[in-house]
Formats: sequence, structure tokens, C-alpha cells
Amino acid sequence: MISRGLVLALLLIAWPEPGSSMDNCKHSAKVVEIAAGNYVRPGKHAVVFDSEAVANIGFVVGNRCVAVIDTGGSYSEGQALRCAIRSVTTLPVCFVINTHVHPDHILGNLAFREPGVFYIGHAKLARALALRGTVYLERAAQQAGRPLGPEHIILPDLSVDGRLRLDLGGRVLGIVAHSTAHTDNDLSVYDEKTATLWLSDLVFMEHIPVVDGSLKGWLTLLETLKDKPAQRVVPGHGPVQAAWPDAAGDTQRYLSTLWEETRERITQGDDLREAQKTVAYGERTRWQLFDSYHKRNIIAAYTELEWED
Amino acid sequence: MNIIMRYSLVDSIRSWPLAVILMLSGTAVADSEEDSVWLGGLRAAYFGDRPIVQSDDVIELEAPERAENAAVVPIRIKARIPQTDERYIKTITLIIDMNPGQLAGRFHFTPKNGRADLGLRMRVNAYGPVRAIAETNDGKLFMSRRFVKASGGCSAASGTDIDAAKRRMGKMKFKTDKPVLPGEPLAVQLRVSHPNLTGLQMDQVTQLYAMAHYVEKVTISFDGQTVFSAETGFSLSENPSFRFYFVPESAGELHAEVIDTEGLRFTGQYAVIPGE
Repeated sequence: MISRGLVLALLLIAWPEPGSSMDNCKHSAKVVEIAAGNYVRPGKHAVVFDSEAVANIGFVVGNRCVAVIDTGGSYSEGQALRCAIRSVTTLPVCFVINTHVHPDHILGNLAFREPGVFYIGHAKLARALALRGTVYLERAAQQAGRPLGPEHIILPDLSVDGRLRLDLGGRVLGIVAHSTAHTDNDLSVYDEKTATLWLSDLVFMEHIPVVDGSLKGWLTLLETLKDKPAQRVVPGHGPVQAAWPDAAGDTQRYLSTLWEETRERITQGDDLREAQKTVAYGERTRWQLFDSYHKRNIIAAYTELEWED
Repeated sequence: MNIIMRYSLVDSIRSWPLAVILMLSGTAVADSEEDSVWLGGLRAAYFGDRPIVQSDDVIELEAPERAENAAVVPIRIKARIPQTDERYIKTITLIIDMNPGQLAGRFHFTPKNGRADLGLRMRVNAYGPVRAIAETNDGKLFMSRRFVKASGGCSAASGTDIDAAKRRMGKMKFKTDKPVLPGEPLAVQLRVSHPNLTGLQMDQVTQLYAMAHYVEKVTISFDGQTVFSAETGFSLSENPSFRFYFVPESAGELHAEVIDTEGLRFTGQYAVIPGE
């Protein structure tokens, strides 16, 4: 579904000159071309706000312009990605696609702000940013050691509620706004030309999945996505690319174990504290950052499942 | 005007400067400094100059040292003495020193509870002490205190699927341990679906704060007799959950009445059948 707003917006776009003055490139991010025109900046497994460059982010280059898929956890990270784009092409950035609200994916947005750049997010992204932005800025300011202004929170110009197709010139990206899964504002991006599916945090590999939306919704969505005929996917955390649908296996196993064992604890009458000590510890050796996020996931699972039926 | 509102308002104002000083100082704080908000006004506001024994012998507070989610911090208060007609815990007061509105709740018990245990989920806004103060029927006060590392619990939007939560407001769920044994303390959990808005959750776009809207009174009775009641503040997490005990002598019905700050009244029932 293309909104009337989009049509209007596309008519109004004035393409900026490539290589504008903002591209003062001292540090360029290292990117990997995983398929023709698809570049990923690999993230490293670390707790958000403890480290820079945590998530897998990247961009797709068309004949006319470039779409950025997530901007990283800070302004400087966004700038480094911008410089990486400059090392590959002189075409302008026309779209910044925010796959969801989490700070390791979205706080580099400001680095791309200039006329002609359209920010694209899920219909529920603006609300999520409004509710969480203040806290994210505080945490990011602690990390950066200097205050950060509200300009670092950029709301989408185009809100996707359903589907959207973006033409980059000779290359079309299919954007899908999903129902609540990893968060309540997840987007996936599909490059039709190379059958590359950017799933962001709908799939985690190596790094423990983080539940911040709906465990049930996420499991249901992964089941649906399996039929997608993608050549490869880009997980939000883990290798820069992986085979589909095998890539979903670990996430699915973790989420369903979390689901089943939490439900069992609730049925047995265990409270949240007890559940936090027992649920899904068989997964402990299979993930990095397990101790940083697992107990939080149990809270999310428990508080969702206790309202089931 | 109800007690909670008055206390929290007065005490927020009275102790706020101290809280600010503590946060700004940014240095490692020794025990006495950790307690400066408590000693600087909180204690006097709630308990005057009554003696308080700090000990885990009457009640013991269990809380995580470091919270995984500051908006949902599960805590448990364990009673170390049984509820008998001669000696019992009458009230447990829960105070979170560094929260705006430090009085998290007052919870009332009788000998009919069997055990004055209590399980709750809290919001914790900044590193600081959480304290549970038990008043026994002879008027003595006993305090169990834990330092909890958590921040932002009152200003964070705790909800994940906000729309699902809105649709559910007022829904209640009772759960009891099984089997039900007449004459034995029975664990009961009451869950109430409610956003429990703190009034401190800012919308970054409008720069407005959502109005505070939270559960402030909970009364649970069994066949018409009150078995548990509480006056609560916004320090209870979204979708407040109460876990407590009572002793059913025979089959009967649990009834919950929940009233929030907008005067909305919600009720729920649950049949207790021995042997099941």
C-alpha cells in the first residue's frame, strides 16, 4: 500500500548534489558487499550503550539513489556509515529506513539529515520514539559523555502501515510493516533484484534474541516469513548474511523454549521471581550476552503470557 | 483527600532537595549516605519518632541487587513469624527512597492470612534503598532494607505491546496454588490489567507528560470478610500483581475490588474449592 503522502512526497523530493559538504570523511565504516549493491556494516556483540557499532546496519545502492537500512547507535556511527557509502558511490541517499525503535539501530539518524532524505518507519515507530526517546537520549549522553539534544530523535516522514515499495532506480525495495514481534514497530526490507531480505532484529544469530514486543507475535511471524523465497537474509545481530530459512532456527528455538517454559511456570503458580531463576537456562551456552538479556526476556515473556486467553 | 496522595506529595517536596544532592554528588556513597533521604525526612513523615528495629527476623525483603528492567522489578516480602491471634503482622509499608512519591504502598494483613508474605512488581527510578516496614499488632516496627540498582523505572514506558494493554484495562486474573487445603495458608495471586501511569512518562514529541493514572486501593475479601487490602501508588508496575496468602476454612468465593485515581472501579471473583 502506498500512501497518498508518499506519492506527494516523491513529487516533492529535490535530489541533493552528491558529495555535499557534510561528507567530511575521516572515519569510514568497513562494509561488506553481500550481494550486488547490498552492503552490510557488521556489528559486534555487546550491550547497547556499552559499546559502539552493535547492530548490523547497511545500505542498498540503486541507479538513482541509496537507501540506508538503519543508522547505528550514535551520530558518529551514522557518519562512518555515510562515509562508507561515499566510498562506494557518489549517488545521493534518498531514504533512511528505520527497522525499529531500538537505539543501536536508530541513533545515527541525524548523520543523514539533509533535504531530499526521507525517513521511513513503521506506523507505530513515532509513538515508540516519543515514549522512549527521552530515556534513550539520557543513556546515549552518558555513553558519549556530553549532552545530546532532541535533534537526535528523528521521526519518520513516511509511516508504513502495511506495505511500501521504494524505487531506487533499476532496483525496488519492498518494505513490510509487521505486526508486533521483536517490537511493536518492526519493518523488513526486501531487495527484489538480489532476493536479499533485511530482517534486522526479527532474526538474531550468536547474540541472544531480545524480546520487547510479543513473544507469541514473533514466533507466528517467523513461521510466516519462512515461506519467503529469499536467497539470503541479513540478521540484526550475527553474521552479515545467512541462508534462509535456516537463519531463523536458533531464534525460533530460543523463543519457543522461553515460551513453553514460562507458560509451564505460570501454570505451576510460580511468581516472576521464581520463573527468572528457572526458565530456559538450557539455552545459556548457546548465546552470547545471555546473562545480560535473558532475565529481562523472562520478564517480557511472563508479563505477556500471564494475560494469555 | 486520600492518604497516599497527601503523603507522597508532601514527602516528595520535603525530601526532593536531598535526592537531588545525592544524584549530583555522583560519588560512591557509604551506608549512612545511602540512607540520607530516609533520615532526612522520609522516616519522620511516615513513622515520626517511633522506634524501628532494622532486622530481617520479622520480615525479610527479597529484591534483585541489579534490576533487569527498572519498570518491572519483582520483589518478595517473606514473613519470618506466623500470623497468630496473639502476634501478627498488621501492616507492611513499602518505601522506595529515590522514587518520586516514595510511598509505594501500604498492605494490611490479619491472623486469617496465615503468613503475611507478599509478592509485588515495582518501578525503581534511581539507585537507592527499598525498605519494607512491618508493624506488628503490638505496635512495634521492624524494617528490612535492600539497596537496588535500577534507574528510569518511573519515566520509562514499560509496556511492549501498548495497544494490547489498552484493550485489556480492568481485566483481572486470580490464581491460587493447588490443591486447596482447608485450614492451610493458600497462596493467591491477583493480577490487574492497568497501565498504572506515573505522570512522569514524557512524550518526546509533544513534550507533555501523560496524566498519572494508577491503582490506589485494592480490597480482597473471602465470603464477605476482608483478607487483604492495600493503598498503593504509581511505584507499582504496569499491570499490578499481588501475591499473598490466606487460610480458607471451607469453600467460598474470593472477591476483588480495585479503585484507581480516576475513580474507576473494577471487580473480579474466583471460586475457592477445597481439594481442587
